[in-house]
Parts: sequence; C-alpha cells; structure tokens
Amino acid sequence: MLIKKAADLRESDVTPKELFLKRREFIAAAGVTAAAVATTGLGVFGVTAPVEAQNPKAQKLTDLKKSPFSTDEKMNSYRDITTYNNYYEFGLDKADPSKYAHTLRPKPWSVVVEGQCGKPGTYNIEDIMKYAPLEERIYRLRCVEAWSMVIPWIGYPMSELLKRFEPTSRAKFVEFKTLLDPKQMPGLSEPALNWPYTEGLRLDEAMHPLTLVGLGVYGEVMPNQNGAPIRLIVPWKYGFKSIKSIVRIRFVENEPLNSWKQQQSQEYGFYANVNPTVDHPRWSQGSERRLGEFFRRKTLMFNGYGDQVASLYNGMDLRKFY
Amino acid sequence: MFKPIVWLLCLAPLAWLVYSLYRDLGVNPVETVTNTTGIWTLRLIMITLAITPLRWITGINQLINYRRLIGLFAFFYGSLHFLTYFYLDHQFDFAAMFEDVRLRPYITAGFTAFVLMIPLALTSTTGWIRRLGGRNWNLLHKLIYITACAAVLHYYWKVSIKLPPTNPRNYGILVAILLGFRIWRHFARKPASKV
Repeated sequence: MLIKKAADLRESDVTPKELFLKRREFIAAAGVTAAAVATTGLGVFGVTAPVEAQNPKAQKLTDLKKSPFSTDEKMNSYRDITTYNNYYEFGLDKADPSKYAHTLRPKPWSVVVEGQCGKPGTYNIEDIMKYAPLEERIYRLRCVEAWSMVIPWIGYPMSELLKRFEPTSRAKFVEFKTLLDPKQMPGLSEPALNWPYTEGLRLDEAMHPLTLVGLGVYGEVMPNQNGAPIRLIVPWKYGFKSIKSIVRIRFVENEPLNSWKQQQSQEYGFYANVNPTVDHPRWSQGSERRLGEFFRRKTLMFNGYGDQVASLYNGMDLRKFY
Repeated sequence: MFKPIVWLLCLAPLAWLVYSLYRDLGVNPVETVTNTTGIWTLRLIMITLAITPLRWITGINQLINYRRLIGLFAFFYGSLHFLTYFYLDHQFDFAAMFEDVRLRPYITAGFTAFVLMIPLALTSTTGWIRRLGGRNWNLLHKLIYITACAAVLHYYWKVSIKLPPTNPRNYGILVAILLGFRIWRHFARKPASKV
C-alpha cells in the first residue's frame, strides 16, 4: 500500500460521501446476512441466495407467458444455477464457467441453418428472439453425474424455431453445434472433448412441445456460463444433451454423432434419456442429489416427464438405446 | 519436538471445513465435504509413505516419530469421507452400501482402501506393537501399500469423466515413485548388508 504524505492528499482522494454511506449500508447488510446464516446454522445445507443476487447489468426479459409444463417444485437459486455448471469450453470445474465465461461475446450472434430444409441461411439472434412469445418454463434438470436442479428457463418451443426453416421429408434428425472460438473459450486448449461440442435429436424429439429454445433464466437473458445467447433444453434427457451457445443447426438424414458418445460410447449414448433403471457403468442412475437437499432422492423415469414423452420411444429397447 | 505443529497442520483441513460450514460450503456442500475429506486422506497417505524414503535420503531418523500421528490422521479423514458417503448416500443402510461396493469399481476400490486402514489404526498403539512383535507388526502395516494403490484407483475411476484426469494421474505417479523407492532399496541393499 502506498502511504501518501498529508501534503499529497487532495480533496478528491477522500472517499466521496455517497460511496462512504453505501459502504456503511453494505456493512450493515453483511451483518444482517451473517446473523441470518448464524441463526440458520446447519441450514446452510439448504442455502438459497436471494433473488437480488442476479446480474444487474443483464438485459431483463419481461411479459413472460406462464406454462402448464412448469413444475411447482422449489426452484434452485440464481447462484446455484449460475455458479455450478458443466461447460468444458470454459474449464472442467463446476465453478470455472462462472469465473471464465465473461470472455464469451453473445452479441453479435448468428446461427447458421443448413441441410435438409427449405430455408437455409444465417439468422440473427435478435430476430430469433422474436419468432415466438417468450415463456417461463420451470423444469427439472438432471445431470448424468446424478445431481439435479429446478430451473426457471425462458424461451419458446423449439418447434416454433425449426418450423420456420421448413425441414424437408428427408430431415430425420437435427444436429446442433456450439461455438468454436479459442479466443472466447479458454477451455478449448484442452482436448477434453472433440470440439466443437456437437449434439443431436431425432426430429420428433426436437419438435416435441417440451423441447425448448433456451434464451434466458430467472427473468434475464441467458448468462454466458449457462450457454448464452441461445441453447437447447430437453428436460427428459441428461443435461449434456442440452447443448449451449448454438451457432449451427443442421437437418440431416442420419443420426448425428454427439460429442460425449464419440468420447466414451460405452458410457454415453445418443438418446441419453433420464432412466433410473439403466445405470451409468461407473455409478447408479437410480437416485440423484438435488442441489440444496441433504439426502439423495429417487430419479424418475424420463426425469418425471414420462406422461408427455414415453410414447416417443414405444417399442424401443432403452437398455440398448441409452 | 514438532508434534503440536503436526497436529495443527493435520487439523487445518477440518478447521477449514467447519469454518466453511458457517460461512459458505458452495452450491453443493455434500460434494465439497466429500472432496475435501477424500483428497486429504490421499495426501496424508502419501506423506506417511514418504517418511521412510525421506529418512533414507536425509538421514533424519526422527521423522519416524511423526509417521504414526500422520497415518492416524489419514484414517481420521478417511473415516469422515466414508461416513459422509455411508450416511448421505445410503443413510447407514448396510445392504445398499454393499450393493454399491459390489457393483461399482470406484466404490470397491475406495472401500478396500478404507477397510484395510482399520487394522492399521487399531494396532497403532505401542501395546500392539509389543504384542505382535516388530516383525509381524511391520508386515501387517505393509497393507498401507495396497490402501495407497486402491485410493488412487478410486480417485482415478471416479473422475475419469473429466479428460484428461491429470490430478489422479499425478497421484498415481507419486505412489509409483514412493513404492518404487522401496523396491529399489530392497534389491540395492542386499550386497551392502554387512554394513
């Protein structure tokens, strides 16, 4: 620390009054928080940050439609959702994306549409955001690593987006790709996966009313670490299917090879439906830890969305198509 | 004597956990507790294994005075790690736990590493050394070699979702060096045994 002589000090060196007062407020608030934490004691295990912990600089999304598909389960906090992420393009630790994803530039952004469709081309994110009314969808998210959250996503049905591009009768699958830019994504220097991250869905899965174009969360545009500015959300599949920061959508005839299947096909498949009866080779998928809860809870077939989606897989051996 | 310092150093990770419990254990506290107790078990096992080679290299024989204490702390953190798993994953249900041990190689390895430490902890007293005799006691305590290998495997198999898993690999190399040292010494010492 530089200690200045009194003669060097100017009026402007003194902390402005309003800042000083803010500090007092901050200290007072910190005291209240500390007291609250102290009185809850072990309650920190159910830690939920207050809603005002959101990013004040983020663009807010308003006039959201409510959805009958939303769950009324207790939502995870903004902090849970934005500081515990698997996004290997920004590092392998859960906390890495929240620390390093600030280098991602979600604006300007465009998505290239190609393959078996009538309207291939390049589409701007500003336009994409207006293709359908935005809805809030509170979904369960189940990670293949056996943890889960409840997240208030914002977006609209993927079918609304894909229909615009007029898929032809030869389009049986949709392939999605994440941005590939080492300048924006420091994690790309590690060969953790075969970049760019690639995912795919059968066209009927992609057009299912539960499948969402994810554009925001908790009332604001999608935070970088959650896959800004546009991502996929498929609530009945393990989280790795819900690809982030999409730059390419391709309609194809054959099943795309998704990154995790390519990496370890005996552990991760194309379908990746949440299924408590088919274990991961290294751990059980029968139960999960909901973040904020003490004990594990039972995992539900199709993550609890079986009534809506089970018919998509009639007659399929889900042990084989894991 | 440095025993109080060793005590303090070995208790530091626990102190950090207890402090964090009141401050902030992160978004997934169970994972934080599991990872912290697990990694410190492994680190303390490595330190106990390093003491004998360090004596050979430095000639500071007093190092042996701290081995038992550090070994017992390894068992202590191993027990916390195991109890976190047994309670929070299985709510003390033995049948469910053994099913897990049977089915999942990384659990099998971790469980093996932990169970083999129990006889070592139990026979760590001076009374037990006398009762068993130095030779038998030494032989029994070679079980720590199996524990060390099993602990690294447990770590490696658990995190191999993250590629490349550099951390478990580095611990593997460390165990190889520490055990390799003993093998080398075993053969190198023979001709010089008249000293």
